[in-house]
Amino acid sequence: MAKKPAKAAPSAADDSDFILHSLQEAFEAKKRYAASEAEMLEFYRQMLLIRRFEEKAGQLYGLGLIGGFCHLYIGQEAVAIGLQSALDNDRDSVITGYRDHGHMLAYGIDPRVIMAELTGRESGISRGKGGSMHMFSTEHKFYGGHGIVGAQVALGGGLALAHQYNADGGLCLAYFGDGAANQGQVYETFNMAALWKLPIVFVIENNGYAMGTAVKRGSAETEFYRRGTAFRIPGMKVNGMDVLEVRAAAEVACAHARSGKGPVLMECNTYRYRGHSMSDPAKYRSREEVQEQRDHHDPIEGLKKTLIEAGKTEDELKAIDKAIRAEVAQAADFAETSPEPEASELYTDVLVEEY
Amino acid sequence: MGIELKMPALSPTMEQGTLAKWLKQEGDRIQPGDIIAEIETDKATMEFEAIDEGVLEKILVPAGTEDVAVGAVIALISGEGEEAQPAAASVSAPAAEPAPAPAAAPKAEKPVTAAPAADPAIPAGTQLVSTTVREALRDAMAEEMRKDPRVFVMGEEVAEYQGAYKVTQGLLAEFGPKRVIDTPITEYGFAGIGTGAAMGGLRPIVEFMTFNFAMQAIDHIINSAAKTNYMSGGQMRCPIVFRGPNGAASRVGAQHSQNYGPWYASVPGLIVIAPYDAADAKGLMKAAIRSEDPVVFLENELVYGRSFDVPSMDDYVLPIGKARIVREGKDVTIVSYSIGVGLALEAANMLANEGIDAEVIDLRTLRPLDKETVLKSLAKTNRLIVAEEGWPTCSIASEIISICMEEGFDHLDAPVLRVCNEDVPLPYAANLEKLALIDAARIAEGARKVCYKK
Repeated sequence: MAKKPAKAAPSAADDSDFILHSLQEAFEAKKRYAASEAEMLEFYRQMLLIRRFEEKAGQLYGLGLIGGFCHLYIGQEAVAIGLQSALDNDRDSVITGYRDHGHMLAYGIDPRVIMAELTGRESGISRGKGGSMHMFSTEHKFYGGHGIVGAQVALGGGLALAHQYNADGGLCLAYFGDGAANQGQVYETFNMAALWKLPIVFVIENNGYAMGTAVKRGSAETEFYRRGTAFRIPGMKVNGMDVLEVRAAAEVACAHARSGKGPVLMECNTYRYRGHSMSDPAKYRSREEVQEQRDHHDPIEGLKKTLIEAGKTEDELKAIDKAIRAEVAQAADFAETSPEPEASELYTDVLVEEY
Repeated sequence: MGIELKMPALSPTMEQGTLAKWLKQEGDRIQPGDIIAEIETDKATMEFEAIDEGVLEKILVPAGTEDVAVGAVIALISGEGEEAQPAAASVSAPAAEPAPAPAAAPKAEKPVTAAPAADPAIPAGTQLVSTTVREALRDAMAEEMRKDPRVFVMGEEVAEYQGAYKVTQGLLAEFGPKRVIDTPITEYGFAGIGTGAAMGGLRPIVEFMTFNFAMQAIDHIINSAAKTNYMSGGQMRCPIVFRGPNGAASRVGAQHSQNYGPWYASVPGLIVIAPYDAADAKGLMKAAIRSEDPVVFLENELVYGRSFDVPSMDDYVLPIGKARIVREGKDVTIVSYSIGVGLALEAANMLANEGIDAEVIDLRTLRPLDKETVLKSLAKTNRLIVAEEGWPTCSIASEIISICMEEGFDHLDAPVLRVCNEDVPLPYAANLEKLALIDAARIAEGARKVCYKK
């Protein structure tokens, strides 16, 4: 079956050599990104920042400082960091669903304004009016933070259309989960993205559960990377627990999308340690299953091992953790002490203009 | 006995058309299935197919004749069959909704026009050009597209087909496929893509073939477009126009005949515009495209072909959120919008003959609603009704009534009445449809009631 990737053909129908796994093959050929020590340390720091931030968010939720829905990213850190590190931050855009804290931290957005949004304060990134699921930073080309499952996929298609329209060389990275992958609009978007060759990488973060429904109970095709086949979108299957693999895959995918060949569908297999949201008692899976993931597949522990093999010491890595804990504690302080929005903010930003 | 060939109705709302071309000549033998002529409607060119056999004996309407009324005899066929068949024709055309000729073609009503008075000054001596609503909308889009390269149009059949209702006619030729984008039939998807493009800095105009189909996409209109600016603390804008025909068309049944004005007008974060005449359609469409906010722009299929005077100006833009008094009066106020305005003006003429001087207000924008104009008029006439081509429950009418109760109570000499469609899904049968929809007589009756006159 293995063939060389075909040359770009004028029309998909004429293209008998089209190989939907061409990108997978390119990725398999060089599966782990050869990161420099500095890069590895940065990945480590960023993943750990997400982990510690989310742990703190969990605590604050327990204290009643964070309300509503709060979806934690613990366990999935390698996905956002591996992909984000491959982007061109001056050009590329990102959009995701409601489990969005990790993606924002991956961008280098100040943890204080994220945490302050979680606590609903004036200094939050959405001025306290969005909350956990609705955060944006147009400055960073991060377009949210969307609460309707799957909506970000079509919206991401629109961001990609804007890249193509403006010929700015950018691409859109649209993240969604295995649950969202069953929404109809995802396939409507696949169709148009492929038809119009939009520069977009669809990333399915398959964490095994759509809320409480295991993938195999909710999906007829559980190999999500195959789900673009009907639209001739090449698929990639990636170990989302290994940041260096994700990064290597991201480079293949971005190069494809950026070169005008149309969308890529990447499935990152990952695992969330915590419940779907803070209110999830997680009755649908066993403790042992979670423990097995933590013990043997943890993305941060995995990279730590690689770093130690490369000559870093436990103490050096501990120092990084210490600094992160301090940063997160500061963010929590900031979020707790920052004032709530003025009552007058209730009426601002409904419309941009006055009529 | 010869067979009469009659001008066919090629769409539910067609009243007349152009006989573009005869493909058979007098004396030609005709077989069923032969294409006899090409007929142009305001939407498309269609082929007129024979279902009878015979010889084309006489062409009564020459090629190139415009405004041939539906049902007019256009040719005679000498029958060779044993018995003369009643005249009939079938049509094969890529119509959005093929429809047989209605038993009785609707009357070609001359719309009641009113000069645009209260809007930004039109310089004296400005030429007024008779324009259809359809052309006015197209002109508005084309003008804004010339001015701003970020503006583009997307939707089903907007490009090569020239628009299911021909509203985007000619745009593809001028602006090319990058800016006039045909989409697959995938409302949820392309509404989301349009919304995302607006978030990404473009200015999309998303056409829905009808707003009935936009129900599949309403999540993006409301959850994605309307709420984002607020949820992002003013960071992320969504300047987009969702447009298309809304309300009842003609004989298309319940699923294609609904007024979504009240639905969208209930949503903070949206602008909702529903103009009646061509000048307002143009001026408000231009304003909608320029707005930084998401706009739902509700058109009406039955009004597309009506002509009104439009000021010939370089840049005719109207203010969003301002109603217009289309007829001044002192006895009773009739508030309406969209197609209801034409009916309200008709009703006002009927009332005038009875000595009741009605004032007619066209809301034009449903959100934000111009309460001030309504309340001022109420203060003058002390009696008010709302005429709305839509269901009565939770309607724009109920909203106006509520406003009058809350803020105009002291001015009321009678309860405010609503004259709306019947509270049923729209039936197909011609007689039932007529019974379900508002008309001028019912509006006039409502006005008499609040004037306590019979």
